[in-house]
Amino acid sequence: MTYTRRSDRLSAEDTSAGVASDASLPARRNWSWNTRLIGVAFIGVLLVLWEIAAANAIFPPMSFPRISSIISTWWQLVVSGELPGEVLPSLWRMFAGYFIGVALGVSLGLLMGYIPFFYNLLEPITEILRPIPSPAYLPIMILFLGIDDEMKIFMIAFATVFPVLLNTYSGVRSVDPIQLQTARTFGVYGRKLVTQVVLPASSPYIFTGMRVSLAVALIVMVISEMVAASSGIGYFILSAERGFKIRDMFAGVLTLAILGYILNRLFLLIENRVLAWHYGYTQQRS
Amino acid sequence: MSQLSGTVLRVRGLHKSFVAAGRATVALNGIDLGIEGGSFVSIIGPSGCGKSTLLQIMAGLASPSSGDVFCEQMRVQGPPPGVVYVFQQYTRSLFPWKTVERNVAFGLENIGTMSRTEIASRAREMIGLVKLTGFERHYPWQLSGGMQQRVAIARALACRPAVLLMDEPFSAVDALTRAGLQELLRSLWRELNLTVVFVTHDVDEGVYLSTRVVALTRAPGAIAIDVPIELPAARDQIATRALPAYLEYRARLLAQLFADEGLKSVEAA
Repeated sequence: MTYTRRSDRLSAEDTSAGVASDASLPARRNWSWNTRLIGVAFIGVLLVLWEIAAANAIFPPMSFPRISSIISTWWQLVVSGELPGEVLPSLWRMFAGYFIGVALGVSLGLLMGYIPFFYNLLEPITEILRPIPSPAYLPIMILFLGIDDEMKIFMIAFATVFPVLLNTYSGVRSVDPIQLQTARTFGVYGRKLVTQVVLPASSPYIFTGMRVSLAVALIVMVISEMVAASSGIGYFILSAERGFKIRDMFAGVLTLAILGYILNRLFLLIENRVLAWHYGYTQQRS
Repeated sequence: MSQLSGTVLRVRGLHKSFVAAGRATVALNGIDLGIEGGSFVSIIGPSGCGKSTLLQIMAGLASPSSGDVFCEQMRVQGPPPGVVYVFQQYTRSLFPWKTVERNVAFGLENIGTMSRTEIASRAREMIGLVKLTGFERHYPWQLSGGMQQRVAIARALACRPAVLLMDEPFSAVDALTRAGLQELLRSLWRELNLTVVFVTHDVDEGVYLSTRVVALTRAPGAIAIDVPIELPAARDQIATRALPAYLEYRARLLAQLFADEGLKSVEAA
């Protein structure tokens, strides 16, 4: 996935270079329409439209405040420490659940990919549990685990397991048999085979699963906090809405957008480092 | 390297058949073969004759339908220690996530008795041996095909094996690179007192490199002829290939292969 994105970027740069070299065009149109800047500018245009719409009270001003006031409210909430105070417990729950889910997903995926017994044992139950939307089993979780962090961490872990598990399984199944044979000729078996060959060889798949799961973790974190919590960003958004603090509510959503963006960026940064070999290898082979 | 004489690998009464699409195909039909320590034996034959299968069975990577393989008197049931296998597909056999140095160290890390510094110095020594010094931190996919196969050879030799099994290792590189790799392999074989079993479809390559060439028949593969190559030990890509004895070996083996393919009647042999 990232690989295609990379080549998209490359071709975008190529076209921008092509446009820039066209001397007949006036200088202002020279900077390309094909960079990411255009996307950023588009967000700016939408925000301006929002501001105008709110200023003209196209929607009830009560529920549709100006974007400028939302941003200034957001800033005040950040400076006062109120928003960071809500985000931190959310992040802690999310990462606790996420890492448990990833660890479980990788382990189960390895077992299922390697040992047919575990595949036969776990495949049907995976296929039954996987399609259940997390909000549906939230009440059950509350019944058994209460409304504290354990429940939320469990919810997040449970939802993040499946994408990682399925991708790890496919990764393990697609390890090149020649790599496995090579390891065998050097007498590499068992745990060493897993850590030295199977895991690195399937890491591109595992990372794909982890990226999907990261988005899932964020969603489940917010949902579980909206239903049952006394802290966290999900709780903050819902209680702001119920207290008619609409600007606070929007500021909370804005926080989530920023959070999601940063998390994805960080993830890509790590992925590009860990999988640098993979991009080089696939590029060289194609 | 333990011994220079005596049979290090012995194949006895080997049969191998596959079942594909409900039909059984006999790949190898009664192979008896002894590989002397220190020899360089090439196995040639038409494609599909089962020569790679034979090598895989000798390496313990595949199991025979009947018959046995012995390595130093021990029956082979999995990859035997002291025997390493070099694959034709170096791009798939080298680990793309490991640097050249870490690829070469792969076998050593598994031995468990060597310290980190010993492993690193042995790996660098092997990289020097295949003339890749300066490329330790490169990844295999950053190197040319010939260089990659040299990495694979260095990785195989790092464990100081007694026997090197090579499955058409040079068939995916261009002619000039191939000549270079042949020279490298010959000199390593002599320097390190290796025993090499080399599968190839190229008669010239087999005669040039070897002390003995074994030709298999078309599937089901059996040994057609077994020819000791008595050429001077110091070989040269141009001079050796012009020797009358060389041309004679070549003609004899080619005649055998052609006859087997029904291309030409056997006259010379």
